Amino acid sequence: MNLHEYQAKELLAGYGIKIQRGLTAETADEAVEAAKKLTEETGTGWHIIKAQVHAGGRGKGGGVKLAKSLDEVKEKAGEIIGMQLITPQTSAEGKLVSTVLVAEDVYYPGESETKEFYMSVLMDRTTGKNVIIYSTEGGMDIEQVAEETPHLVQKEHIDPGVGMLPFQSRKIAFNLGLSGQAFKEMSKFVSKLYKAFVGLDASMVEINPVLKTSDEKIIAVDSKLSIDDNALFRHKDIAEMRDKREEDPTEVEAGSYGLNFIKLDGNVGCMVNGAGLAMATMDIIKLAGGSPANFLDVGGTADAKRVEQAFRIILKDPNVKAILINIFGGIVRCDRVANGVVDAYKNIGDINVPIIVRLQGTNADIAKKIIDDSGLEVHSAILLKEAAEKVASLI
Amino acid sequence: MSVLVNKDSKILVQGVTGSEGTFHAEQMIEYGTNVVGGVTPGKGGTEHIGVPVFNTMAEAVKETGGDVSIIFVPPPFAADAIMEAADAGIGVIICITEGIPVQDMVKVQAYLADRDCRLVGPNCPGVMTPGEAKVGIMPGFIHNPGKVGIVSRSGTLTYEAVDQVTKAGLGQSTCIGIGGDPIVGTTTRDAVELFMNDPDTNGIILIGEIGGSMEADAAYWIKENGTKPVVGFIAGQTAPAGRTMGHAGAIVGGAEDTAAAKMEILRECGIHVVESPAFIGQKMLEVLTKEGLV
Repeated sequence: MNLHEYQAKELLAGYGIKIQRGLTAETADEAVEAAKKLTEETGTGWHIIKAQVHAGGRGKGGGVKLAKSLDEVKEKAGEIIGMQLITPQTSAEGKLVSTVLVAEDVYYPGESETKEFYMSVLMDRTTGKNVIIYSTEGGMDIEQVAEETPHLVQKEHIDPGVGMLPFQSRKIAFNLGLSGQAFKEMSKFVSKLYKAFVGLDASMVEINPVLKTSDEKIIAVDSKLSIDDNALFRHKDIAEMRDKREEDPTEVEAGSYGLNFIKLDGNVGCMVNGAGLAMATMDIIKLAGGSPANFLDVGGTADAKRVEQAFRIILKDPNVKAILINIFGGIVRCDRVANGVVDAYKNIGDINVPIIVRLQGTNADIAKKIIDDSGLEVHSAILLKEAAEKVASLI
Repeated sequence: MSVLVNKDSKILVQGVTGSEGTFHAEQMIEYGTNVVGGVTPGKGGTEHIGVPVFNTMAEAVKETGGDVSIIFVPPPFAADAIMEAADAGIGVIICITEGIPVQDMVKVQAYLADRDCRLVGPNCPGVMTPGEAKVGIMPGFIHNPGKVGIVSRSGTLTYEAVDQVTKAGLGQSTCIGIGGDPIVGTTTRDAVELFMNDPDTNGIILIGEIGGSMEADAAYWIKENGTKPVVGFIAGQTAPAGRTMGHAGAIVGGAEDTAAAKMEILRECGIHVVESPAFIGQKMLEVLTKEGLV
């Protein structure tokens, strides 16, 4: 589950991490009030207006702006709120901005130069250990840095048995070229960030940039945080932070029925039991000359109710020209699934696209007969090969 | 012959009194699997579906001599159940549970590192040696004893492959569902290695999917050490980057873990790659026939 920048900062601050402070607003007037309050609290002169959407590269799309006066706060917040923000990570239509974060200016002048760093924590699948990735090249696209100057991206793996050790946070702070007060601050920052990563059951936390201020503080200026969905049962407070507006509405609806659905842009819908077989079915559709309109795992109980819900979800997409149902009946009997398909078809009534039903496993032959005798425009298949041929002939 | 489980394996079912545990343990027993007991904390001393129930794994192992465990414990408690099995001296731990937090598995992996046991899963269909032992949730009847070893990250896609192999007139030595999570106990490479060393496995089917580098690691190992033909399929050729495709581990993170990239590596390492999942069984038959191994 992804979180907004302001939610991530709030959670990180709970672990004692210094953050760029800010207040959220949903209108330009609220933004002005937030800016006034923030100046009272922090003494900041200028303000940064930051669009709160789940996508990186917000600055490039015009979603992050500096305001040097309250008039500018009103003007810039007014521009950003309500805009369709397009960034390299959004679709071509972009994302509607409904909230902005009015943040303090942390790049104020002082005794030393400011400096930006990069830092993230994630689980490294090749080692099964958590790893801290860091770089002196902050504020930039880290993938580009890794590509062009790989020696500037460093990694520190953490032993799961003992957790992060003090020498590791010192090593990172030294490697980032820091000394004195900033060095001490960075050591603390790193160890707190790791504690937050584990404590929050994050799948990734990325701070870009981490800023050394002109008065030697270490601050998280931006923050991206995603939480392991499987761990949300022990983070009820975080689960409540989910912003469904950031997700595809059809996917949200499918999720409420317990269907695992991902919208794609093809022309053949599919309904499958099991994630691996669902991906393989999408591959079959492509090899047959079509293009999958979705990923949909109906799970272990493909009964009439679920099949009907899945049908309705798939049929919302006007691009769908055919639907392939692929169920491997192991414990679940194919004849039951077949009856479910027929009932669902009749309940919905106005299905105008051809349906191919491939049922294999327990009672597959009885299931094929049920489909064939139903009188509906449903094509049956038993072998995966046959299903692929039917898809090819129908599109 | 077979790998991991056989007719002599003594199976303990962790979470045996729960609905999933009860249903699948019954199916396992019906198949002829040697289930010797179960564990549910607080229900020790009772009998359930004809087998004794114990409070702890240590007690269960002591009383029954169990050497393989299968876990049907809900996600919040599953990591603990794996470590309890390891501590009790179980040699093969098969975890079916889906939805274990990643950070729990980071701890499990470290805990198991210096113990003499093998974890299969989590989030897997289990391990099946046809005619001998069904230690999982797969449908028994599609299998046929034979000489093809199957390793896969998926459930129903594995059944599809098994069914195709059976329909091609072949059979399976053992089928290992290694699981769809980002951290799994037995990797694709581990499973391939077991099959290469099994005298009664003649050919191997390797089914992978997007995300991670397990298939590539296995392929490079096969290139160096392989002695038997391998047929490979990678699911997810049409999966968009950055989305989790059902399995927590099935997510394209970079250019190296797409289906196309993995298929290319498999091909380079001498594996017979099929682009369509409809031809897995047929390809295996073809390759084995050509090498005179049928």
